Amino acid sequence: MALRKVLIAALGTALAVFSGFSFYRSRHLGEPVVPGPGVARVAKLGDYFPGIRGSINDLNVYVLEGQEPGGAVLILGGTHPEEPAGRLTAWILAENAVLAKGRLFIVLSANRSATTVTRLGGAYPPDFTIPTAWGGQKFRMGDRWSNPLDQWPDPEVYIHYPTRQQLAYMDIRNLNRAFPGRPNGTLTEKTCFAITELIRKEKIDIEIDLHEAELQYPVISTIVAHQKGQDLAAMASMIISSNEGFPIGVESSPPALRGLSHREIGDHTDAVSLLLEAPEPFLDATRGRTNRELLLTGKDEFIVRAGKRGLLFEKIDEKGWPIDVRVGRHTTTILQILETWSEDRPARAVVVSGVPKYAEVIKNGTGAYLKNPKAADPAKIIYE
Amino acid sequence: MVVTILYYLLTAYIAVVLIGNFIRSKKWQEEALYIVVLIPFLLRLLRLK
Repeated sequence: MALRKVLIAALGTALAVFSGFSFYRSRHLGEPVVPGPGVARVAKLGDYFPGIRGSINDLNVYVLEGQEPGGAVLILGGTHPEEPAGRLTAWILAENAVLAKGRLFIVLSANRSATTVTRLGGAYPPDFTIPTAWGGQKFRMGDRWSNPLDQWPDPEVYIHYPTRQQLAYMDIRNLNRAFPGRPNGTLTEKTCFAITELIRKEKIDIEIDLHEAELQYPVISTIVAHQKGQDLAAMASMIISSNEGFPIGVESSPPALRGLSHREIGDHTDAVSLLLEAPEPFLDATRGRTNRELLLTGKDEFIVRAGKRGLLFEKIDEKGWPIDVRVGRHTTTILQILETWSEDRPARAVVVSGVPKYAEVIKNGTGAYLKNPKAADPAKIIYE
Repeated sequence: MVVTILYYLLTAYIAVVLIGNFIRSKKWQEEALYIVVLIPFLLRLLRLK
């Protein structure tokens, strides 16, 4: 019996070591960023709120400055890291954008804690690789919620601050349910408070939060706009839908649903708050195998079947929704929003170049716009 | 922070109980079950997931 117990304990230990090593490697995978020619400096989120300094969410903030003064725009990638088009779009901006006018603040991992974990029990892949001419760049998969290792336990009911609206318990770790945040709250609330402070202190004119959505969710392929930004979003939507080869709608930010960036940042700061949604079949509940291929190709026969039965809010066929299409939608939408804003308000213009549009990203691939860290000056590489 | 520490203490207590049950158990099926159930508690204590 003793030998049997030793054998079972040894098998259990081997399983724990194997899984523990996999989780450790996933949590600590380095993601290099080669800041582009437009990056003037890389600030930390803790510079705006000392309460977040030194924590896992003391984020890098890539600051691009133009030759001429103008407005200021904040791009948030990685609010929900399991929606990779948001982080990849922010990556492309940080590594390629050049500003002629104004300032651009880019966050690649708005909830860095959530990039270090995958859905508990969800069998998500731990990472994914974007192919490049120099071999490929690996990214952490991430989840929708902050890592329980950084914020635990969850309450029975999450009560949003300051409205006291009752939300689902796990959304206390959801960055897009915790705005405007509070200085003495949870890690997620502190992160939201620090981002809100950044917006106030840097006098941000427009904040754009990059997301992806399942096809069974009605808010998809759209710009969600606070009432301050509805004219801007509507104009950008019309121009994109007419000229850029893909349709994108506009949704009003619902005043009764609290904690979301497009609602709270608009309410609590002077910034116009917008949120972009691209289609991501990986998130759909009726998907097949939850693997890297589905994440990057967006192809899934079960979701196609759901579409044939009229259960989806976005079309899908055997071509799926490849990552390049989703990233391209985001880059073009950002560029059009900036162009429309700058035409209307020349004194607060933000003029950017060097960022590929929808057709270019599809033609060349997302990887064509990622810089090779091995070819860069090691002193300049930043790790997310 | 206090609640978090209490939860880690609770996790450690459950892990110790599971190990005790594993040692006392006489059926191999129960021993295997205790070990499998123990793994997530150990990983949380080691701050791995």
